[in-house]
Amino acid sequence: MNRWLTWAWVAFLLTLPLWMEDQYFLHILITSGIFTIAAMSLNLLLGYTGQLSLGHVAFFGIGAYTSALVSLGFDLELTDTYTFVFAPRPVWVAFVAGIVVAGMSGWLIGKISFKVRGAYFVIVTISFAEVVRLVALNWVDLTEGPMALNNIPPFTLAVPGVWELAFFHKLPNYYLVLAVAIVSYVTVRRLVHSRIGRAMIALRENEPLAASAGVDVTRYLVLAAIVSAAMAGAAGGLYTHYIRIVDPDVFLFIYTVTMVIMVITGGKGTLAGPIVGGLIFGILPEVLREFASPEVQWIIYGVFMIMIVFFLPNGIVPALSAWWNDRFGATPSAGGPGTGLPDLEAATRTAGEAT
Amino acid sequence: MSAGNGTAETVLAVDDLAVHFGGLAALNNVSFDVREGEVASLIGPNGAGKTTAFNVITGFQPPTTGTIRYKGQSLNGLRPNQIAEFGVVRTFQKTSVFASNSVFDNILIGLHRQGASKTWEILLSLPRVRKEELWLREKAAEILDFVGLSARANELGGALPYGEQRLLEVAIALAADPSLLLLDEPVSGMNPAETASFMDMVGKIRARGITILLVEHDMRMVMEVSDRVVVLNQGQIIAEGTPDEIQQDAEVIRAYLGHGARRA
Ligand SMILES: Nc1ncnc2c1ncn2[C@@H]1O[C@H](COP(=O)(O)OP(=O)(O)OP(=O)(O)O)[C@@H](O)[C@H]1O
Ligand SMILES: [Mg+2]
Repeated sequence: MNRWLTWAWVAFLLTLPLWMEDQYFLHILITSGIFTIAAMSLNLLLGYTGQLSLGHVAFFGIGAYTSALVSLGFDLELTDTYTFVFAPRPVWVAFVAGIVVAGMSGWLIGKISFKVRGAYFVIVTISFAEVVRLVALNWVDLTEGPMALNNIPPFTLAVPGVWELAFFHKLPNYYLVLAVAIVSYVTVRRLVHSRIGRAMIALRENEPLAASAGVDVTRYLVLAAIVSAAMAGAAGGLYTHYIRIVDPDVFLFIYTVTMVIMVITGGKGTLAGPIVGGLIFGILPEVLREFASPEVQWIIYGVFMIMIVFFLPNGIVPALSAWWNDRFGATPSAGGPGTGLPDLEAATRTAGEAT
Repeated sequence: MSAGNGTAETVLAVDDLAVHFGGLAALNNVSFDVREGEVASLIGPNGAGKTTAFNVITGFQPPTTGTIRYKGQSLNGLRPNQIAEFGVVRTFQKTSVFASNSVFDNILIGLHRQGASKTWEILLSLPRVRKEELWLREKAAEILDFVGLSARANELGGALPYGEQRLLEVAIALAADPSLLLLDEPVSGMNPAETASFMDMVGKIRARGITILLVEHDMRMVMEVSDRVVVLNQGQIIAEGTPDEIQQDAEVIRAYLGHGARRA
């Protein structure tokens, strides 16, 4: 059942541009997809290790800026006599660099957070995002500050000397975002269904017990932070080469809040949660725009969110799967002996409902 | 030290341990050994420092002074998970399970140490990762069977009745493949029937070659399952010996066992 749904969903997304010709709608899907990837990355930390990163946009922005700068090249006047010149590199190289640098900053946050949990982790991540935003704003030599980095090259596909396609149009960007989203999804899925994911869940559920059973809790927190940050960095890279301009506003707190809303309304600690949340809160504002003034939009947005949190405290996905199980009497898939791979998702899902 | 199966080798050596909380000496001048393959018990009235001793041995509480060695290796300054790597695993006095995970997943989490798949192997979903996963699931089923919780595999840890949660805790600890298992009041809250079968289980755990250090207030159980008993009172050791010796020790009777003490 689950597998079927996944494949049907992938097939739907793959064929969508064939009959969906509205370019504006495709644009909305691309940006929603980019945000969904960021939400998936946040979910790895928030949903599985239980640590709320309220500076998650920092990793997104670091990926965006790194990828932009590496593809544009830059000069840095280090001393009066010496200027460091970095030549422009191909966009794919830049994209990977963005992922790596974002992953490294995730490692840094994970290390700093060695002993801090809960509220302190939140504060560390918020501060980190603010520091990075101020750097982007004030290090004008490197980032152009509020003037923004412009003319960022798009992705290109090429067979050298024969054929070349620069991603100026929406269609290739759509498929690229979809591909990265699928890779991100598979990454999270494999992690959380393994001993690593169980270690992360153990950290979330009962840290002393996990430690006494030999789980190196810090190590898995750091690992989750690295993977999560790298994935957010990938989303930032996609964004930067699609929009082709990046300014310090990518670090705005509101974007982190949006990601958190996506994860929580969709269902944190579930694989599908951030996708459902990402698409709803990616598309909803655009749909509302046609009917309502910005202020009214925000109010509707807010009311909708409060209703979801109020009526479905565990999010949409857990509520839907509970409904499905009730209705069609699926056996609980917490995973008895010999049922194949463990289904921690189901276990945590039922957990939420029991309490 | 004192009698018992005098030939077995010392595995855990606690030497001159002290733990001070501000002005309070929760432990003072505490030295004792645990020998390979035995069941040793640590008893004493409430607040004697038994749990504190467990916390120090397993790395949850740094000692003020003193050393802990396990099989010759110093455990001082190590974190709980590092100590578990040496095979020293404990249960908690206050019931502690992964409440929102299934019983089966509780055991799988406990089996963490027995898996070896690396991150990159998992990301590539290599065949050996899947094989290991199946193997771990078999082990989990075995352990559940061992503690008699097979029928509960799909229930949530937190939804089990109290006595079974205590069993689940032991099962999680066993999953971590201990060579020394520290049990902190494992039968508190169990009914007499559950306690009796738990006493059988202590024997079975021991038969697997696992050394046990037990903290327990149920004297009938302590006297029946232990090879040696160490008695703490107000942070200090006041007696050490076989169950028989302990039950006749005048100071122990005065401080702890009182008049109602029963013989095993
Ligand atoms: N973290 C702590 N901070 C301050 N005092 C503590 C702390 N932990 C334990 N104590 C004190 O140390 C003393 C020993 O406590 P401990 O929990 O080790 O006793 P115990 O022998 O396990 O008792 P019980 O049989 O009631 O479980 C008690 O007086 C307790 O209040
Ligand atoms: Mg105690």
